[in-house]
Amino acid sequence: MKLPGVSEFSWRDVATEARLLLIGIPVFLWTMIPIYHMFLFAISPKEDAFSGKLWPDHPTLHNFEIVFKQQHYFLRDFYVQFWNSTLIAASVGVLTLFIATSAAFSISRLKVPGGRMVLNLALFTYFIPAAFLAVPMYRTMGNYGLLNNHWSLILAMVTIASPYAIWVLKQASDKLPVELDEAAVMDGATTLQIFRLVYLPLMMPSLVAIGTYAVLLAWNEYLYAFLLLSNDREITLPVALGNFLAADDSPWELLMTTGFIYALPPAAVYYAFRRYMVGGLTAGAVKS
Amino acid sequence: MAITLSGDQSIPAPPLSPRLTPAQVWGIVLLAPYLLVFLAFVVYPVCYGLWLARAPSNYVALYNDPIFARAAVNTLIFLVIGINIKMLIALFLSGFFAQQRPWIKWLSVIFILPWAVPSIPTILSVRFMLNPEWGMVNHFIFSFTGDDGPNWLNDPTVALTMAIAVHIWKSLPFWTLILITGRLAISHDLFEAAEVDGASWWQKFRFITWPSMQTLYVTCTLLSMIWTLGDFNSVYLLTGGGPADLTHVLSTLGIRYLRLDQLSLAMASIVCAMPFVLPLVYFMMKRLSR
Repeated sequence: MKLPGVSEFSWRDVATEARLLLIGIPVFLWTMIPIYHMFLFAISPKEDAFSGKLWPDHPTLHNFEIVFKQQHYFLRDFYVQFWNSTLIAASVGVLTLFIATSAAFSISRLKVPGGRMVLNLALFTYFIPAAFLAVPMYRTMGNYGLLNNHWSLILAMVTIASPYAIWVLKQASDKLPVELDEAAVMDGATTLQIFRLVYLPLMMPSLVAIGTYAVLLAWNEYLYAFLLLSNDREITLPVALGNFLAADDSPWELLMTTGFIYALPPAAVYYAFRRYMVGGLTAGAVKS
Repeated sequence: MAITLSGDQSIPAPPLSPRLTPAQVWGIVLLAPYLLVFLAFVVYPVCYGLWLARAPSNYVALYNDPIFARAAVNTLIFLVIGINIKMLIALFLSGFFAQQRPWIKWLSVIFILPWAVPSIPTILSVRFMLNPEWGMVNHFIFSFTGDDGPNWLNDPTVALTMAIAVHIWKSLPFWTLILITGRLAISHDLFEAAEVDGASWWQKFRFITWPSMQTLYVTCTLLSMIWTLGDFNSVYLLTGGGPADLTHVLSTLGIRYLRLDQLSLAMASIVCAMPFVLPLVYFMMKRLSR
């Protein structure tokens, strides 16, 4: 069978393709090396991991077994910490969605007085680097008596996730035709009915994107988690990973294995919702 | 029910009267959760922090602390050099990824990985790669040259460069993605017309691509600079601020003071960054809330 394009073979196309490959291969290597290195450690026995080989002589899943059976000093609370991460990420997702959706509906659809100002304040918070807010936030959580309590991290992450969430949802709400609300009002719908029956269903794609954004933000957070939580059974997985470094002879192969397990869920979620993420988030992220 | 999508009329604002309509009452009720969060976890901490940093002695102490001066310089290097290199690469790669090839499509899916995975395991992975005795990089240098490789993270300049590289590794996909959307928005007819006129690739870039993308590019660069000020992970997880506290940036320095229980110094160091941050933030808000 003759392939289309083969007959139009030309050296010019080959040169273009070669030039593209010359960019593509370094990009691939640059992207994959740290991730491959992590994977390599996860499947290597300790001796192989430290010998700098590109593929271990005896690839093994033993490291995963140690992690899943919690057979190391650093891993004795692995399941509790995994659960903490999950619970906190889920709570942040739900709370952010609730707060941001109501605020966006209020500002965009109900045109609440002062809504514009609240939006600007939120936008301002969005631009303040989170690491700067971390210092006073730490002290504030202490004043509220929430340190070492999951609520401190949940509330802190909701504070950080909401501004962007409100902003993106507000942009999306503005695109819905006002006639929808007017028609619903004509039919005698109350405000809450409009919110529940008209607004929420139409906003679904944006809500999925924002929910995913908030969940990933909370799951990935390191700085706030390690400031606000310290008790071994309260901390989240990233803090536990950071604690590996406290020892001089850290079991790096176990650290990388745990890190690999920790990195899988967000990567899976990201790829599952990529369609929404790219459409919903990049469009809102930077308006030219 | 027929819905006309034409026209851009909005609901006329109800006259301001002391009695609120039910819709407005609901508006306030629905806005209240965010306002509460904002008051409790933004306004109060910020005011409290500023109050803690009010004493001039804090600023004298900062001025006399060589680590602070070093961190300020490092932050500037990070922002001015690091971010511009990153954005130029992102601009270049956005052109590459805009090419219509099946394998480039697949590569773009892989390329997003650093952004999709959490930073802590990957940064720690890089940290071990750079380990002078056991790391993969020095193993390679040894097997090719027979010499021992450098002690990467023990030299402040190299260590900071590596932290910038880690930052670029992590956030390059995001900015490339945004610049790709900008590039794809340019009408294809322009390029075809230029092709007919025999324009070189540089002329196409200079007269078509760049003029349509420069606003987006500048916005992205400024936004990336503001956010990079808060990039704690790249430096803290790779170098921990070391060697000898020479690779701190402002975000890790604030946390360092915090851990040394010098909260007012931590706040003062952040206040010192504000004259640079606030104009950028103001500019960005102007741009985005048009």
